[in-house]
Amino acid sequence: MAKITYIEHSGVEHVIEVKTGLSVMEGAVKNNIPGIDADCGGACACATCHVYVQAPWLEKTGDRSAMEESMLDFAENVEDNSRLSCQIKVSDELDGLVVKMPESQH
Amino acid sequence: MSDAGVIIVGAGHGGGTAAALLRQFAYQEPITLIGEEAPPPYQRPPLSKAWLKGETDEESLTLKPASFYADNGIELITGAKVAAIDRAAREVQLVDGRRRTYDRLILATGAVPRRLAIPGAERDGVMVLRSIADAEDLKAKLGPGKRLAVIGGGYIGLEVAASARHLGAEAVVIEKEPRILARVACPALSAFFTDYHRGRGVEFILGADVVAFEGANGEVDAVRLGDGRSVACDAVLVGVGAPPADGLAAAAGLEVHGGIVVDIEARTSDPAVFALGDVTRRPMPLYGCSFRLESVANALEQARHAASAIVGRPPPALEVTWNWSDQYDLKYQFAGLPIGSDRVLIRGDPDQAKFAVFHLKGEVIQAVEAVNAPAEFMGGRLLIGQRRPVDRLKLADTSVSMKEVAA
Repeated sequence: MAKITYIEHSGVEHVIEVKTGLSVMEGAVKNNIPGIDADCGGACACATCHVYVQAPWLEKTGDRSAMEESMLDFAENVEDNSRLSCQIKVSDELDGLVVKMPESQH
Repeated sequence: MSDAGVIIVGAGHGGGTAAALLRQFAYQEPITLIGEEAPPPYQRPPLSKAWLKGETDEESLTLKPASFYADNGIELITGAKVAAIDRAAREVQLVDGRRRTYDRLILATGAVPRRLAIPGAERDGVMVLRSIADAEDLKAKLGPGKRLAVIGGGYIGLEVAASARHLGAEAVVIEKEPRILARVACPALSAFFTDYHRGRGVEFILGADVVAFEGANGEVDAVRLGDGRSVACDAVLVGVGAPPADGLAAAAGLEVHGGIVVDIEARTSDPAVFALGDVTRRPMPLYGCSFRLESVANALEQARHAASAIVGRPPPALEVTWNWSDQYDLKYQFAGLPIGSDRVLIRGDPDQAKFAVFHLKGEVIQAVEAVNAPAEFMGGRLLIGQRRPVDRLKLADTSVSMKEVAA
C-alpha cells in the first residue's frame, strides 16, 4: 500500500491508498479521480494519463521508457517531471507520492 | 421504479465510464446502469491479449471496484436484459418485468460477434470472443499440443493467434480475403503482419471459404473449406466482425442505419436519448462522412460527450480517432481514416519491425498506421487533427525527427 496524493489541475486534492502492484494510473481510475482518462487502460498506447511527479519523488518513480518518452514528446504541456502514470508501478517505496494533473489529456 | 435521472443500457467499458463521468461531473440525480453480463463493467481489450496469456488479473480488468457503484449512488443491475424502450413514457422495460423511467437514456449496447451460419456452428469448441466468459472458455482450449483454427484475419483473430502461440498452442488463421486485415489496414501492413506471424509459427490459409465445422460427439475437430480441404483443430475461434446491437433502438423508432445514428455529442434522433460506442454510427467531421468506429477510444470520447451534454458542460474538443493492437512484441497504433487519400508513404523499415505507413491526400495526412513507432503515431495523430500540409520528403526521411516534421 502507498498513500498517493492526486492534485487536479484546479488544485483539488485526493489522497488515496493504492495497492502495491497497481499503477499510479489505476489508483486514480479505480477511485474515479477526475483528470486521468487512461483510454487504453495502461497499454502505453494513448498518452491520456499524463501527470507531473512532484518533488522529491521524481527519482523514486524511475526513468521514462523509450516508448513513454516518444508518446510524451507529442503530449501537450509536457515538463521535465511529466510521466505517463500507467508506467509507474506502485510500491511501498512510493508511499507519500504526490502527482499533479495537466489541464487536459486530449 | 427509479425517479428518472439517467438510465444507461449496456454496462461495458463505455456505459460504465459514462456512469462514472456523470458522478465526476457532479450529476446529482439517480443513475441506473443495466448490463446483460454478470460482472461489473470491465475492459475488453486485454481479453485477447494479457488476460488470455494469464498476465493480468480480474482486479486490473475491472473498471472500478464492485463497491464503487453503491458508494456513488449508481444502481448497477447486472445479468439483466432490456426488453423494450418506451420513448413516449420515457420508460425502460426489463425482460423480468421491471420498469424504470428516465430523464435521459444512454444506449451503450455494443456489438455482438457474428457467428457463421454453416453446418456444425453449434459444436463445442466453436467460439467467439467478446466477454470475459468467452475468454475463459477460449483459454481452457489453449496450451501445448492444442491446435486453434482462427476464422478471420482481423485484429481479434491475430491477437488471439499471437496469444495462442505464447501459450504453446498451434494456430492456423483462415481468411476469406486474399490478405489479412483487408478491411482495416493497407496491403503493406497486411504483408508485414503475415510475415511476422509466420515467423512465429502461425499458419495462414488465405482466400478460403469455411463451409462446415466437423467433428464427433458434438465437438469440433476440423474446419472444412470450400475447396474440400479439411483443417484439423482442437478448437475454433470465429473472429469475423461484430454487427451493432441496435435492435432495441430500432424497435424504439430511433434512427438506425448500420448502427444507431448519433450527432457529434452522441445524441440520437431523440434529444433525450444518447448512444455511445460500437453500437453507434457517428459523424467524422475531419472526413465529411459518418462511420461506425469500433474502438475503446471512440466509446470513451462519446461517453465524455454524452456526460458533458447531460450535465450542461461545454463539449470536449474533437479527437482524432485512434486504436491499437498488441501482438507479440509489436505495438501497432493507428489514427485517422484513410478516406480520400491518394498516396501512401512509408517511413522507417518494416524489416526492422519499426515503421509507419502514412496515408496522404496531397500533403495532408489522413491516417497513420504505426508499428513500434510511437512518435510517428503521436505526431501523425496531431497532424491529422491539424489538417496541416506536411513536407513529404521530410516525412519519408527518418533522419528528420517526427517533432521536426510536425513543427
